[in-house]
Amino acid sequence: MPATEKDPVVVVLQLTGGNDYLNTVIPYNNPLYRDGRAAVGIPDNQIMHLDKDYGIPHYMAPLKQFWDEDKLAILHGVGYPNSPRSHFRSMDIWHTCEPEKVGTEGWLGRVAREFDPNKENVVTTVNFGPCLPRSLVVQDVPVACVAGALEKYGFLPTIQGEQRLQVLNRFSQMYQPALGTGPVMDYLGTTGLDSLKGEDILKVAPLKYSSTVTYPNTSIARKLKGIAQVHFADLGSRIFYCDHGTFDTHAGQNPGHGNLWSAVTEGLDAFMKDLREHNHADNVIVLMFSEFGRRVQDNGSGTDHGAGGVAFVLGEKVKGGHYGEMPSLKPEHLVQGDLNPNMDFRSVYSTILDKWLKVNPAPIVNGTFEQPAFLN
Amino acid sequence: MAHQDDIALMAHLMRRAGFGAGRDELEARVAKGYEATVEELLHREAQPPVDAYTLLRYQPASLLPGGQPPMGNLNWMYYLVNTKRPLEEKTALFWHHVFATGNSKVDNYDQLLEQIEIFRQRGLGSYRDLLLEMAKNPTMIFWLDNNQNHGKAVNENWGRELLELFSLGAGNYTEKDVRESSRAFTGWTFETKIPRAPYGRFPWKFEYRPEDHDDGEKEFLGHKGRFNGEDIINIIVQQPACARFICRHLYNFFVADEAQVPAWPIEQPRDPKAIDTLAGTFKDSNFDMTATLRVLFNSDFFKNARFQHMKSPAEVVVGTLRLVGGHELPRPGYGELSMNTAYMGQDLLNPPSVEGWHTGKEWINSGSLMARVNFCAEKIGDPALPGVRAIINRLKAKGTLSPDQLVDGCLDLLGPVEIGADTRKELAAQATAWGQTSWDNDSNAKLADLHTSQMLQLIVATREYQFA
Repeated sequence: MPATEKDPVVVVLQLTGGNDYLNTVIPYNNPLYRDGRAAVGIPDNQIMHLDKDYGIPHYMAPLKQFWDEDKLAILHGVGYPNSPRSHFRSMDIWHTCEPEKVGTEGWLGRVAREFDPNKENVVTTVNFGPCLPRSLVVQDVPVACVAGALEKYGFLPTIQGEQRLQVLNRFSQMYQPALGTGPVMDYLGTTGLDSLKGEDILKVAPLKYSSTVTYPNTSIARKLKGIAQVHFADLGSRIFYCDHGTFDTHAGQNPGHGNLWSAVTEGLDAFMKDLREHNHADNVIVLMFSEFGRRVQDNGSGTDHGAGGVAFVLGEKVKGGHYGEMPSLKPEHLVQGDLNPNMDFRSVYSTILDKWLKVNPAPIVNGTFEQPAFLN
Repeated sequence: MAHQDDIALMAHLMRRAGFGAGRDELEARVAKGYEATVEELLHREAQPPVDAYTLLRYQPASLLPGGQPPMGNLNWMYYLVNTKRPLEEKTALFWHHVFATGNSKVDNYDQLLEQIEIFRQRGLGSYRDLLLEMAKNPTMIFWLDNNQNHGKAVNENWGRELLELFSLGAGNYTEKDVRESSRAFTGWTFETKIPRAPYGRFPWKFEYRPEDHDDGEKEFLGHKGRFNGEDIINIIVQQPACARFICRHLYNFFVADEAQVPAWPIEQPRDPKAIDTLAGTFKDSNFDMTATLRVLFNSDFFKNARFQHMKSPAEVVVGTLRLVGGHELPRPGYGELSMNTAYMGQDLLNPPSVEGWHTGKEWINSGSLMARVNFCAEKIGDPALPGVRAIINRLKAKGTLSPDQLVDGCLDLLGPVEIGADTRKELAAQATAWGQTSWDNDSNAKLADLHTSQMLQLIVATREYQFA
């Protein structure tokens, strides 16, 4: 099913490493926040108030305008039962929607299969970064995986100039199906040709692109710019994925956490400006999540792995505001010193799937979950 | 000069028993002989171990890396690239595939690297001893929750995987056997100490707690007694299913791609006679891996299985780095270099689950294929690297090359690689478009280097090159 220009698009921005919820959405009136954060708490004069209860640190300033415009949903206390506090396992749970056992299929890979069961568009999903996240992996569902710069995307990037076209033509011929070479060779052939086709499709995106927006010179801003370029080119891409990190701030949380969020929010600011300038903002939402939140009590210079965290959904069609409640900071309510999650992450996915992407959430997230109403 | 068939066979042996070899090494090994080379590989102690002091000097953080990549990955990559005992390291990788233990839960590369060191030291010895060692390995105990397996509250995780994934395979035991095996391992746990923050962690140590052990009578695989863990292992290794299961793993890893492990109870082995041969030796030698691998490498079924095995990402990355050379010192950037296996779908020391990695065709998806091809092409396309220079120099020594000679020369020195007629036609067409290759003056030489490097890149980009 080739997508049309106005089909809904989701951009996932993964905050890898465990983002510190309490220093991201700060309950600035809560004395327990100050008690826990003697070393890494954000001083009052550096908090931008969202309302009478919560604020964001000054280094996330660009998000404030989206909040004021009612286009930023804050999803409180997101997590899953029995949080393992391991980065990799936790990330796996987010990617596969399997908190109890090891899953093999990524949730967005399943969505891509729904969108394009016959693999008519090999750039339905585009990942920016060297490593294919498990959320995108389903056997025989193609993903364009842009490891570096979009301009350099493709096979044999070291061969450029006039030779390139010729060499890639050889590559394409070498990967054509041949009689009697067996299923594994055939599979290799299809996969290679799918990726090559993706390269052909994607390479027009930077060529067609022009903008008055200047993106900051950070890795996450470059990824977001690449996403904007592909999105503007109307290639039918529906799922974009990128990540930034590492948010694993065990030590030196200040200024580490600030540098990370400055890069993310300034990148998002440029990205949203770019989308609006090109009149391509209406059909995009951005989901930001991290594998877990961090411990309430700081450790003197940072914070250790925790449980409940925060997710954000941003976009023109998002109904801004708080969804759910921040879990209690009272010592008797903590689980091993951590916020007890009170919103299942699959709830967030379910709203996006049902209300935005218009696919049945249950088979994607392995169950039925309450849907916070941040989308109409 | 060595006969071409001998070179091809030796190249096959070195790809499988190690991570490949350059032409100089292959010629030297052919001169010694095939069986003598097998013996040399099996007697790893004849070669010096990897120099850990260089690693310490360049990358001190990789010695006790804690829970964060890429320092753990870097450590093993340094060993893989530098070892003079290729079969030792290859066997360690084999056991890592079988006893798949991951940082996702262990969160401690210190412990995972210690487990790999056990595979180096004992992986070519008795399987029975290795299995017992794994039962006492704190990393494994934590990975499979045996520290939660108490006399009065049995946790079956280790007891089950021991049977299903580490020894017999599904279908060769009952649920009651799982229960009884788990009971026998109650009280097998490890000491934990509070970390000496910020100076890293104390090593974990096995501990047997008799007061937490269920000493009652058990009935396991038809035997009755007040079994403890070691008794269970002694019963397991005597099962015919055990020899067949481990030998099928050996066949899949060293000889030719099998179905994925979960399908083994229903799908016959690709070569049942080969499994019979290996299992027979395994049993007769008291589960000796050296004896079993000796039979394997000297067998016809092995020699005839060229390019019947999809290279794992570790084989792609390590094989390429050893071939091109210049990556011996763990300089800055080595951490990123070592993550390349992960980009291709094999995050070493962090398999996706206790089942390990699915192999063969399942290594390939659109992201991983491009990562494989581009990694190999970038390295093999760099004429400044000593191994690439060596290939160019050998071609140069032949004088002016016709297009066919360029293709054949490159195919030969990268393997020899065997390719299909259609693929060869494309390579030849490209070489013909370039014309003759000659190093007879400076400007020709520059072009010759370029064309050779691009031909090498096209070859590593072929489908055929994904096999070993």
